[in-house]
Amino acid sequence: MAVESAPFGAAAPLAPAAPQQLLRFITCGSVDDGKSTLIGRLLYESRQVFDDQLAMLETDSKRDGTQGDELDFALLVDGLSAEREQGITIDVAYRFFATERRKFIVADTPGHEQYTRNMVTGASTAELAIILIDARKGVLTQTRRHSYLVSLLGIRRIVLAINKMDLVDYSRETFQRIERAYVDFAAQIGLADVVAIPVSALRGDNIIEPAVTMPWYRGPTLMAHLERVPLDEPLKARPFRMPVQWVNRPNPEFRGFAGLIVGGGVCVGDSIRVLPAGLATRVARIVTPQGDRTEALAGQSVTLTLEDEIDISRGDLLVAADSPAGVAERFEATIVWMSGEPMLSGRPYLFKCGTRTVTADIERVEYKINVNTLERHPAQRLELNEIGLATVRLDQPLAFDPYLENRDTGGFILIDRFSNNTVGAGMLQGALPTGSSLHWQSLDVDKARRAAQKNQQACVLWLTGLSGAGKSTIANLVEKKLVGLGRHTYLLDGDNVRHGLSRDLGFDEAGRVENVRRVVEVTRLMIDAGLIVLVSLISPYRADRSRARSLLADGEFIEVFIDTALADAERRDPKGLYRRARKGELRHFTGIDSPYEAPESPEIRIDTARTSAEQAAEQIVSYLRNAGIIGRDWAFIP
Amino acid sequence: MSELSHLARLEAESIHILREVYAEAERPVLLYSIGKDSSVLLHLALKAFYPARLPFPLLHVDTTWKFREMIAFRDQTAERLGLDLIVHVNTEGLALGLSPFGPGASTHTDVMKTQALRQALDLHRFDAAFGGARRDEEKSRAKERVVSIRSAQHRWDPKRQRPELWRLYNTRKAAGESLRVFPLSNWTELDVWQYILQEQIPIVPLYYARERPVVERDGALIMVDDERLPLRAGEQPQLRKVRFRTLGCYPLTGAIDSDADTLPAIIREMLAARTSERQGRVIDQDGIASMEKKKREGYF
Repeated sequence: MAVESAPFGAAAPLAPAAPQQLLRFITCGSVDDGKSTLIGRLLYESRQVFDDQLAMLETDSKRDGTQGDELDFALLVDGLSAEREQGITIDVAYRFFATERRKFIVADTPGHEQYTRNMVTGASTAELAIILIDARKGVLTQTRRHSYLVSLLGIRRIVLAINKMDLVDYSRETFQRIERAYVDFAAQIGLADVVAIPVSALRGDNIIEPAVTMPWYRGPTLMAHLERVPLDEPLKARPFRMPVQWVNRPNPEFRGFAGLIVGGGVCVGDSIRVLPAGLATRVARIVTPQGDRTEALAGQSVTLTLEDEIDISRGDLLVAADSPAGVAERFEATIVWMSGEPMLSGRPYLFKCGTRTVTADIERVEYKINVNTLERHPAQRLELNEIGLATVRLDQPLAFDPYLENRDTGGFILIDRFSNNTVGAGMLQGALPTGSSLHWQSLDVDKARRAAQKNQQACVLWLTGLSGAGKSTIANLVEKKLVGLGRHTYLLDGDNVRHGLSRDLGFDEAGRVENVRRVVEVTRLMIDAGLIVLVSLISPYRADRSRARSLLADGEFIEVFIDTALADAERRDPKGLYRRARKGELRHFTGIDSPYEAPESPEIRIDTARTSAEQAAEQIVSYLRNAGIIGRDWAFIP
Repeated sequence: MSELSHLARLEAESIHILREVYAEAERPVLLYSIGKDSSVLLHLALKAFYPARLPFPLLHVDTTWKFREMIAFRDQTAERLGLDLIVHVNTEGLALGLSPFGPGASTHTDVMKTQALRQALDLHRFDAAFGGARRDEEKSRAKERVVSIRSAQHRWDPKRQRPELWRLYNTRKAAGESLRVFPLSNWTELDVWQYILQEQIPIVPLYYARERPVVERDGALIMVDDERLPLRAGEQPQLRKVRFRTLGCYPLTGAIDSDADTLPAIIREMLAARTSERQGRVIDQDGIASMEKKKREGYF
């Protein structure tokens, strides 16, 4: 294999007349489209492959190659040993090459179905995407999937590399047919800037040099296009944005704010605002080790000092005063889920956007998107590699821009609070009402005071168990005993709340989750009022009960598991519901066609096979006495 | 206003990473290997926190077999810039009397470099260590994260590495776990040299061609840096004009014949080079994916 032809790299300038620019792009294709071969070819042709690496490649090609005696360029880029053995690419790899005009960073991502998360990761920093198509196969489902993901991440420039032209006899008709099909599809998802190039990565046709095999093609070669394509609309055309990373205080006289400018530019004297607080000031100095500067641009890391002494810390966003970012606590966001544990509505995650980390609750999932058909489906959760639209509520206000206006102030990651893993990535679409206009009114009389007045501690006895287990009977007896002891109580019964508070809800999983949520909120209010609350509710899902527990103070949530075998409950069947469920008249009936997740460590467990309702009630009241929730001797006071 | 050059963008990205991790970690440290990448990393760190002084120490893991000029340069740099420099030597390893010569070379590297690094990180309870590694150095590094999490035993588990999107780095970790952070991830060898030229960053003189005493051994030019190098039968040190593309332990680092005695000459030579910089590292040439294996064991 000859190595003489090396038109690029060798001539890369020592001190270029015009500074080299940087273009980051992503390559998308499936296992067989020849993507690794294409990247290997780009590296080789731009002379990024050294003799020792070439020697290793020759050895590797003989041993592992799929190209007979030819060099297998794919082996240049397949890194970890596991994937070498499997012959596929996993994870995102970054490759580098340079020409006289530009330096390129390539995000090389695998194309198979389960690796949406890798593609999204690679696309998040790319300005252009090369979509590879096998000329023999044309536009496939995966082509549409890749294109959708690329458009979702805000990439607007597409190169359609129609590869393996050598295997279709360099047919112009084939090329044009695929190009037309793709352009039609791309327009539907908002990708208007598509440049199609017929190539053979294996033969090197139209990669660097125009292919003699395809004289009918007059457009640029792949490399020529990458070198000359205009870069994305520069960030500097947008309004000034700088997330504050760190406050630099080397001595009492100096207070600088360090950060990377992610939008617009800034000059000394410019009026800016500090969000989310909203305070206004002006830029006093732009400080660098080489002396002060008068202006700075998007893409630069700077240290600013300001004219006024205002309280600014990491996580604040500096913005142009005349074009500030929005501030909100509740958002609509597209989320890509990246963890094996599903994303559940109602579960809190850490949320990092720019330099600000807050706690986020997924309020609800609106729908998920089938990335192959682009159809929307109703959903309550997102699984690994699923994409959906969700409502996200933060525990603090966030300064933001919609993602398509600015990736840095509109893109976020979600972090699991326990494993610390990055479990999701999202793009803010816009703010939703509430949040900033709602305030928590603080009151002088609090829960402890109200409970003390009643000589008790507020809490909830949460009775969970199958239908017909005896929850309502036991709860009723407990309440009678407590009232007899002079306690202040309220019983929220599962059947009764369905007549009013939750009349609009069904019995499917979503309806049950919402029903429990409402009961929990009412319980919180009653606990705040100082009451001992009894909840009698099947509440079949462990996650809902632990959420209820997490919303209350330590010791306030007392889980009482009314433990009955399904056969016993079904035999008793006081309301005739099991019979109807068995006949198919009732759907989603717990124990029959809907699961019951038993508590793992309830505070109180009542085994109804051995305990009468009266004994159970007594057992619960003793628990309250022993836990100090009701005084021991109160019963003897007249 | 013109477009930022690629060096300006790389610089801004590295400074952003340095600040981001410093703001979120508790006890960061900069791993200083004295080489050109470390020189660039140190330069960027000084810029990132200016006008404050560097808010974390430098750590050099000394195998006791570094070139003498490296050690002199290290001490001068710390002195000149007023840096807080920690030098760590694995004294237990030293007592074992391991040598970087012959078949025991990789054991020597493991004990004096890999294990020594872990010792030092544990000793000072550093929870984030900045290093100068680049993704273009080796195939298995192409997928390395900018912020890489290591277990309490300093192990690297490919399955636990987190996706990195946009400019958002997840620096959260459990007690005992630590981070390795690579602000130069997206730099290439050429970028490093161009930046050294642009910023006039001081580097160890060994990078410049000069007449040095060397012996030719197993296809590499090994410099006779001190009297500890045992000469084999027939070996006679000869003065040759050589320089080094990478620096490490002198018995394990091969020189190249060169006339490049200035920065522009080095860059010109690099542009015409036909071998990768890693070829000079004797330790790398054993087996496929050797870097990946070393990384799992905690090699930086």
